[in-house]
Amino acid sequence: MSAHKDRWVSSFSFLLFCASSIPTQGSTRLLRELSPQEYFSGLQAGRASLAYFSPNVSPGAQPFLEQIENSAEALQDYGISVVKVNCPKEDVSRYCGKENALRKAYLFRGNVLIREFPTDALFDVDSIVANVLFALLFNEVKYVETLADLQDIENALKGRSNMVFAYVPATGTAEHRAVMEAAFVYGTVHQFVLTTEATLLKDTGSDEPDVSSARLLFCHCQRATDLAQPCKRTAMGQALTLLNIHRHLKLMGAPLVTEVAEDPEKVSTVHLQLGLPLVFILSQKETYEADRRTAEFVAWQLLGKAGVALLSRDLVDLKVLLRSNVALKTPDEGVPIKYLVLEDTDDVVTLVEERSKVEQIQEDEEDEEEEEEDEKEDNNQDVQDDQVVEAVSRDKKRELPLEQILALTEDTFHSALLDTARTVVLFYASWEAVSLAVLRSYAEVADHLKGTRGVLLSRVNCWDWPGVCTKENVTQFPTIKIYKNGERAVMYNGMWGTEELTSFIMLSRVSCPLKLATMDEAEGYLRGEFPSELSSYHHTSLLGVFSTAMSEAREAFEEAGNVLSGHVTMGMYFEDDALALSRKYAVSPPALLLARSGGRSVEGIALSKQSAQDMVRMIRYELLDIFPEITVQNLPRYLQLRKPFLILFSDGDIGQVESEEMLKLAKGRLQQGFVACWLNLKKTPVGRGILKTYFATVPSLPLLVWVNLHAGGQVFHFPSEQSITESNVLSWLEKLKAGLEIPSSTLSEEDWKPPLPAYDFLQMMETAVPELPLHTSHRHGDMPERRPSESPGGDTAVQEEPSQETEAEKAGSPGRDLRGTAPRLATRDKQGKRHSEL
Amino acid sequence: LGLALYAGSLCAASGAAFLYHDYCIIGAGPSGLQAAYFLQRAGRDYVVFERSHAPGSFFALYPRHRKLISINKQYTGKSNSEFNLRHDWNSLLSHDRRLLFRRYSRDFFPNADAMVRYLEDFASLLKLRVQYNTAIIHVTLERDRQAWNSHYFLLTDQDRQNYKCSSLLVATGTWVANVVNFPGSEYVEGYETVSINPEDFAGQTVLILGRGNSAFETAENILGVTNFIHMVSRSRVRLSWATHYVGDLRAINNGLLDTYQLKSLDGLLEGNLEDLAIVKDKKGKLHITLRFYLENRNTSAGIDSITLPQDELDNFATRAPYDRVIRCLGWKFDFSIYNSSLRMMPGKGDKKKYPQIKPSYESRGTRGLFVLGTASHSVDFRKSAGGFIHGFRYTTRAVHRLLENRHHGVPWPSTVYPITQLTNSIIKRVNEASGLYQMFSVLADIILLRENATAFEYLEEYPVGVLAELEMQTGRKAPNGLFVVLMEYGRNFSGADKDVFYYNRAVGEAQHAWQSNFLHPVIYFYKRLPTEREMRLRPPDWPLPRPDAIHHILEDFLTDWTAPNAHILPLRRFLENCLSTDLRNFFAEYCFLFAFTRQKLPPFCRQGYMRMQGLVGSEGLRRHAVEAGLMEDYTRTDFLGNRPPDSHEGSQDQLLRDHAILVRPLQHLVNAKDE
Repeated sequence: MSAHKDRWVSSFSFLLFCASSIPTQGSTRLLRELSPQEYFSGLQAGRASLAYFSPNVSPGAQPFLEQIENSAEALQDYGISVVKVNCPKEDVSRYCGKENALRKAYLFRGNVLIREFPTDALFDVDSIVANVLFALLFNEVKYVETLADLQDIENALKGRSNMVFAYVPATGTAEHRAVMEAAFVYGTVHQFVLTTEATLLKDTGSDEPDVSSARLLFCHCQRATDLAQPCKRTAMGQALTLLNIHRHLKLMGAPLVTEVAEDPEKVSTVHLQLGLPLVFILSQKETYEADRRTAEFVAWQLLGKAGVALLSRDLVDLKVLLRSNVALKTPDEGVPIKYLVLEDTDDVVTLVEERSKVEQIQEDEEDEEEEEEDEKEDNNQDVQDDQVVEAVSRDKKRELPLEQILALTEDTFHSALLDTARTVVLFYASWEAVSLAVLRSYAEVADHLKGTRGVLLSRVNCWDWPGVCTKENVTQFPTIKIYKNGERAVMYNGMWGTEELTSFIMLSRVSCPLKLATMDEAEGYLRGEFPSELSSYHHTSLLGVFSTAMSEAREAFEEAGNVLSGHVTMGMYFEDDALALSRKYAVSPPALLLARSGGRSVEGIALSKQSAQDMVRMIRYELLDIFPEITVQNLPRYLQLRKPFLILFSDGDIGQVESEEMLKLAKGRLQQGFVACWLNLKKTPVGRGILKTYFATVPSLPLLVWVNLHAGGQVFHFPSEQSITESNVLSWLEKLKAGLEIPSSTLSEEDWKPPLPAYDFLQMMETAVPELPLHTSHRHGDMPERRPSESPGGDTAVQEEPSQETEAEKAGSPGRDLRGTAPRLATRDKQGKRHSEL
Repeated sequence: LGLALYAGSLCAASGAAFLYHDYCIIGAGPSGLQAAYFLQRAGRDYVVFERSHAPGSFFALYPRHRKLISINKQYTGKSNSEFNLRHDWNSLLSHDRRLLFRRYSRDFFPNADAMVRYLEDFASLLKLRVQYNTAIIHVTLERDRQAWNSHYFLLTDQDRQNYKCSSLLVATGTWVANVVNFPGSEYVEGYETVSINPEDFAGQTVLILGRGNSAFETAENILGVTNFIHMVSRSRVRLSWATHYVGDLRAINNGLLDTYQLKSLDGLLEGNLEDLAIVKDKKGKLHITLRFYLENRNTSAGIDSITLPQDELDNFATRAPYDRVIRCLGWKFDFSIYNSSLRMMPGKGDKKKYPQIKPSYESRGTRGLFVLGTASHSVDFRKSAGGFIHGFRYTTRAVHRLLENRHHGVPWPSTVYPITQLTNSIIKRVNEASGLYQMFSVLADIILLRENATAFEYLEEYPVGVLAELEMQTGRKAPNGLFVVLMEYGRNFSGADKDVFYYNRAVGEAQHAWQSNFLHPVIYFYKRLPTEREMRLRPPDWPLPRPDAIHHILEDFLTDWTAPNAHILPLRRFLENCLSTDLRNFFAEYCFLFAFTRQKLPPFCRQGYMRMQGLVGSEGLRRHAVEAGLMEDYTRTDFLGNRPPDSHEGSQDQLLRDHAILVRPLQHLVNAKDE
């Protein structure tokens, strides 16, 4: 921001330079002291001067004189000389003679007296400059008191000239001075109207009748054609300072829409110079007129916030996507132009407004930070920013429904395992947030499984019974183990969710793999009817078919079953008629029959791999869907493929056509080398968060997106105007591969750094107890590289100077949301720099 | 050299008579049995020599008044067996739950007979190999390059039976009574033999020399029947509740302080015992005078010629004659049995009653000789609990672990955890670990970081004094930095003259945790292992050299360091900043979001969610997280439009976050370009 300020400060100093170069008599002293004769004889026609008559040194007028003297420099910029006239003792003339005249200052133009000011109207430089200019610019600045006067002026101006309407709560204020100074420069261009009546402000339709603050509105009367309609108004958003008024008027004076025919990178308008973004409406010959109307419409809405340019693509060779219709150029140095596809003019406005709000907020924050730095530092660090810990502690007063779950102790643990066929044990620590979160899901599981025979749900609090947990080799919390008749334990290694855990427990009840004795059983198994415990349970069934001789493959399959137990049901058939069974599915033993969703389709797969490990890997791969709906629960399985994702985002189910086309596309996935999937925002609402990250707003759905998750992180989206068909998508993918498409965004590469600094106790100890010989002198000498302040890269933030650290940190966390979770690249970079500078 | 040759020839002469063991332990007291237990569990070849017919012979006699001052807490309100050991100062460590001291006595301060019974059971139930009635009267060395330590230890018992050992563990305790010699010291009765029957003191005036627990215990016993009791010693009284050292005067023995301060005739005096002299008059009364007067007088001139202080100073404090003088001056180590080649040297200053040893408990003079138990207290004398059962049971285990690594290639036990468990591991240990708690500032848990800080290795209760030798002593490697977890009292809190009850003595806010006074966990972070030189040059009163970062976990009234915000959160921030990573937990939904929007994932998602162990979380919990403003509720579809201004307290933040998200795509491009 400071860069922009510099820019318009410099352009403003140019203005001041013009103002001050109004020829003046090169007086060496700003406040001249003259005798009455010298003064009156030296008055030139058209030259204004402010005179103060002083009999001798009068002590009472001293402060007033001081202010006059101070204002001499400011007034000189406007060609007004300030003179102190020393009255001789004997003088009894008009100005020197009268006692009360000595309490006044006189403004002359030439030798004509314009105004006489009582000294109490000239209390400081602002009031002197404001009042003097107000008097001199009597014609340029109309003072109005009633609405009727204002409307008269406005009507008179329509079609001819624009009006600057200013409200100041009182004259002689800094705001008043700013308006007058602006009027001095712009008075000939625009009609200035000033009021101190707040009622006028209310009647101008300003919704903010805050009468204590001055306001300025630019009324576009020159364009007004309809006499019945009031002129369009653009209020100035910032405080009334000369710089801001200048900036506002410059913006109002700029063309509404700039038509450009060159590379946008080279375009520069007054907006960019003043630190505002420039929006390009990309147009083509065919639609130019319509686009110009759009541009003007947008420009009106963005007046004072951003510039609008109309760029004809026919004239410029743009290396951007054809469907891009808007470009945004920011005033920041080195930021490339962003090309966007927006559907609505509102989107353009939103884009700009949100951006300016962020800036505003950041600025505000910076201000605040400087004021209450220490306070904030304390506040942040001890506020919980771990969502799990916070959620659990907010829930701690609720009593958990744990009646269904048996609490085991060191004494009851072993006997409990022997009592039931399957004992599920949750090992947790009552102080540990993640295990308490899992305990809540576990309670839901217990509720689901209420009344299921042969399964006991139990828990061991390792904080109470560390001996059991150590003996059972529980090294982290939480851990769930399923004990079979008190012996072999299977460790649960799935998602810590109610559904997943319930399913795991249910599937674990059946041995894995399950030996099937007859052909009927095998068929029933594939249909999902056998074993009956699982018939009501939706699952995928795997059947290994072996001939009697294939003991090696069978053993490997059994071993694989141990690994996959709970995640899938596995059956095994090796009776004499195994060959017949496998033939039915066009394979020969050893083979795998895969029945998805209740046996509606059975797939035969030849088992070529012999080792259990390979078999596990193969089965896991086969369990993946061809065109899955991606969910929070199943994503990791697909991520393991380490391939780019082609995701169809959809708000609800996807359409029949799209589904079929995508399936076609996905079936060729072996060649394509990507994961084709879809995401249902209704079921996985966090998908919205993904879209917002990719495209700033949630675009219209369905939307096909390509994400290079594992390489580079670029995100592309399929042109929404094209229909999603296999061929369209394939040719788009070709273009992607050829590098012809520009990514919509790129995934952040940011590392996960500490969200906030720690308390630097080492430093506190040294500060508080300086005599503490922590830093022995020869340690300085011996190994200076170990001194924290010099550590290269400063990779432990603990050693940072706290003030710097917190500053960087605060800039990086405008939200108290996750305190640094959301990627904030710019600020992180800044922090990184700080580190290396140390 | 002559001696060594002599010793060598001696053993050559009677070589066949040697009985060999890898480990010899002298003494079947608590520390000897404790060492035997660990050696037995490890299947080592060892023997314990005990001069008495039963273990714990010291406890059979002492304390004379039979009241142990180690607490035996029956109830703590907790079932955690490790935690409960913090308040059980008498049990030894074993896997056998029958061998918990509270099964032997219900008294808070148990009778010493219970200890004798306990030690007998400990030795017999665990079938420890103790050779009773064997008093080792001489220990010498036999040089041999083949031996573990280039020499064997040759032990001789009272029957001239010889034993040969590779490693010698000295667990003899301190049992030789301290005696002072001054003119008239023959009239002084010793603590060892003085009557414990109060009747014997009825109507007597008693002077007690010494100011330790045995002196006060003796006084306590006769306080009610004597005329008055005076106590003399060189130093001022040190109250254990002010010094936080369990060896100083315990409140249970300090009845005499009460009667002194309330002017009920009893009293305390300071003076150097070496300057005293006692003169017995004709009536058998004992008069205190100064050695100075005795030296100046002519010999054998009789009692009447002796100047008494009150002759010159008529208000001299101990001018009243005493009926009895009792010496209660404590014990020292028996140095007499060691051949000088072993260079068993007494410590310096107030540690002269203990042999000189390294912080690894190995003798400074002889490699392979370790001192265990009370005799090893020089490491932490007047600081921690290494001289007492509840302390040395842990240091003995530490010595055993050092030996396992040194002689049997068994590295120090450790567990490897993923980095996400770092905060948890520390919190678990500081809340339940008993060794860290009893042996504060002496034993420390060590966390060795693995490369890239994705995992760590946890070592329990390592002697912090030999931190520099960690890699050699444990067989574990520490190339990527380490944390040292120990417990400390506030640096300026303890002391005989300190007011430990001043207002605001306890700190309540995490940001001031470094000023905590009561015992609290402290974590030191080093980017690399400190060197021996750094260890030597560490600031006085610091257990360790200057770390790269330090964290104090706020002291807690209940010693329960599990408060999410006051204890765990600041610890997490400390660890995060040391490791330069983000150790927060996330629900699976957020890991999912990060997987699609970030190229890198936080450790919790990487090690959990990505391995199919995501924390799905219940609906209620997610709602809490949303309410806390720590999660976005994506089920709300209106989040781009104008949200109602109220929503909840975090609405402002929500708004900010939305903006932040909106500008992000631009920033991505910026980033990509810059790189």
